[in-house]
Amino acid sequence: MNFDFSDDQKQMRDAARKFLTEKCPPKAVREVLDGKATYDKALWQGLADMGFLGVAIPEEFGGAGAGHLELCVIAEEMGRANAPVPFSSTVYLAAEALLLAGSDAQKQKWLPKIASGEAIGTLALFEGKGNPSPKAIKLQASGGTLSGVKKPVPDGAIADFAVVAARTGSTGRDSDISLFLVDLKAGGVEAKSLTNVDPTRGQAELTFKNAKAEPLGAAGEGWSILTQVLDRAAVLLAFEQVGGSDRALEMGRDYALDRIAFGRPIGSFQAVKHILADMYVSATLARSNCYYGAWALSTNASELPEAAAAARISATQAFQHCSKNNIQVHGGMGFTWEFDCHMYYRRANATALTLGSLSYWEDQLIDRMRKKNAA
Amino acid sequence: MNFDDTPQEAAFRAEARAWIQANAPKQYEDELRKASLGRSGLKNANMLEVAKAWQKKKADAGWACLHWPKEYGGRGSSPIERVIWQQEEGPFGKLSGMFIIGHGMCGPTMMAFAGEEQKRQYLPPLASGEKVWCQLFSEPAGGSDVAGLRTRAEKQGDDWIINGQKIWTSGAHYSDYGILLTRTDPTVAKHKGLTMFFLDMKSPGVEVRPIKQASGHSDFNEVYFTDVKIPDSQRLGAVNDGWNVSLTTLMNERMSIGAGVATGFPELFEFCNSLMLEDGPAIEDRSVRSRLANYAVKASGLRYTSMRAISALSKGDRPGPENSIGKLVAGSMVQEVAMYALDLQGAAGALSGEDAEVAGKFQAMLLRAPGTRVEGGTDEIMRNIIAERVLGLPGDIRVDKDVPFNKIPTKGRA
Repeated sequence: MNFDFSDDQKQMRDAARKFLTEKCPPKAVREVLDGKATYDKALWQGLADMGFLGVAIPEEFGGAGAGHLELCVIAEEMGRANAPVPFSSTVYLAAEALLLAGSDAQKQKWLPKIASGEAIGTLALFEGKGNPSPKAIKLQASGGTLSGVKKPVPDGAIADFAVVAARTGSTGRDSDISLFLVDLKAGGVEAKSLTNVDPTRGQAELTFKNAKAEPLGAAGEGWSILTQVLDRAAVLLAFEQVGGSDRALEMGRDYALDRIAFGRPIGSFQAVKHILADMYVSATLARSNCYYGAWALSTNASELPEAAAAARISATQAFQHCSKNNIQVHGGMGFTWEFDCHMYYRRANATALTLGSLSYWEDQLIDRMRKKNAA
Repeated sequence: MNFDDTPQEAAFRAEARAWIQANAPKQYEDELRKASLGRSGLKNANMLEVAKAWQKKKADAGWACLHWPKEYGGRGSSPIERVIWQQEEGPFGKLSGMFIIGHGMCGPTMMAFAGEEQKRQYLPPLASGEKVWCQLFSEPAGGSDVAGLRTRAEKQGDDWIINGQKIWTSGAHYSDYGILLTRTDPTVAKHKGLTMFFLDMKSPGVEVRPIKQASGHSDFNEVYFTDVKIPDSQRLGAVNDGWNVSLTTLMNERMSIGAGVATGFPELFEFCNSLMLEDGPAIEDRSVRSRLANYAVKASGLRYTSMRAISALSKGDRPGPENSIGKLVAGSMVQEVAMYALDLQGAAGALSGEDAEVAGKFQAMLLRAPGTRVEGGTDEIMRNIIAERVLGLPGDIRVDKDVPFNKIPTKGRA
């Protein structure tokens, strides 16, 4: 047994951290936050050049072919840096859907472009309020075209292509849902940017009007593929959340050491120390759940569904906990636009919803544990 | 990152499994499996006798105190082998409960500070469970602030004469030996005038009085010392260096990493799986599922945190203060889980023992749980440890730090 990343993987983490510290300082995040850019294009290209976009994409499809443990390591650093790029939508959702269900031709067409930074991808799943559910999918597929509205779609306004969940049957079963690939630049799709809690990760409404679409995976298999994509993305996003948790904790700790009140560093007050200790605890529990998720993801273990849900819940809680208490430790300063605390608070709360809410994943976890228990 | 046994680990596991299968006291397996926090003892047998017999059997076959050196009654195993053993020992591991303090804290302290002859004399019977040890640190005036203790040791020829009182001493009523922290110089700052000894608990002048706890059980004791004589040869470490010796003891407490601390989650999950509420099975109720999921990720988070710690140990890293997490999280979780399980039982949740659901398992847990949050360092002390030693925040202000012990006020409101 060895429940840790390897030395090579840790070296990759160091390289990613060094790169992101340099290329993605808070100032760069603010360019997007302030609306001066839709995403950090230079950073995106830099990530491609470093081989990070295609780290889990096989070499035959233009990637580095390293694997998912390596992708977890990169994901953590992306979260730590609060990187304002469409990494999660492109790499965790679109690329994973292609890897799981794409034909050779589809993989050959899109995966090299993802790895090189030429194409941004996304998953168009939600249609308004609610959590992932086959019943909520109304967007219709007929004769190789799609019609309907998807929102919110992460990074939908800047994406080049989307994996779209559409209704192809009316039996009331999960098998009514199929997945399609849509080239968003080919016409038939209107994209509208939506304002949202975290402007460093865009959200959009996509309106499909007889948009040309090609099937991704077998007809009627859409929901089953989606579930797997969401599980895989849940582990990866959980690593981002852990990276963000750690950074928020560090910010709070550093401030508590620097800031003097009543003649002492505020970090010497037990009330403040205990807030920070609890942040450490939640970040550590999340990290440990994530490691288990990483192992399950990288080995495609049968434990993956349960491990993914646990990682997702734990990391969502940790990031929300750490980012809100980082502001608390900072006091009034933490609540200003000028300090970086709110960027992590925004990211924490937006990320908490991108793959379905906490209550959705709680439900999934218990279902999966029950199944295992019954088996 | 992997969970697979290496070939050596697999061989160790197979050997352990076969031996346990052939030798464990199977007649108690079911009862031990069902036992949860707050239940002490076996229904129709003396727990101490059963535990001692099992420990002796393990020792004779070379399975006791796995991480200890062989010459002191151990096996010289790796941390991972310890975990494998715990996994294979399963419910029979609960029988080791009464040896934890001796094996986890007293033994390592003896190993670090006793003479070679003493180690060879005292450690093997401790490993084999023939002799049980306790740890005499806490006092009415020195709980979280251990160095506030008042039990005096005064030199008289080649002996030391002990007078004072200890409290919260687990297992003192069945212990043969104890390690004892005393004050040898009250005129210097409190940490600087302490000295550590070990002693025979049957020495004249030692009186053990069991304390009846909130749970109704008596696992802890008060221990009174009246002119108890300890030879200087039983001193551990230098005179007035007892604080450093006790730190070794407490650091070794962290080494007692195992396959997991009790969280109450498996019991709660099983309960909710079978419980019927007014509107149907509890497990299908949305609020129940949400609570369960929250506890589930804490329990799994702790499990994998300890696996990370074991991986680090097996690479030669020392266990650090980050391992305080287990006790901090599990302590309050057990209490919450117990309260929640009672809540699910509605009015009948107030019943206990055999009159309650699942034979009062959660009611017993409820009444034991407050202790878990206090023993071995309160939640507050654990948070301080994490904040100061892991996160590097300033230590609490200690106004008595440089004051001679006999000048420290003894009462808050005069």
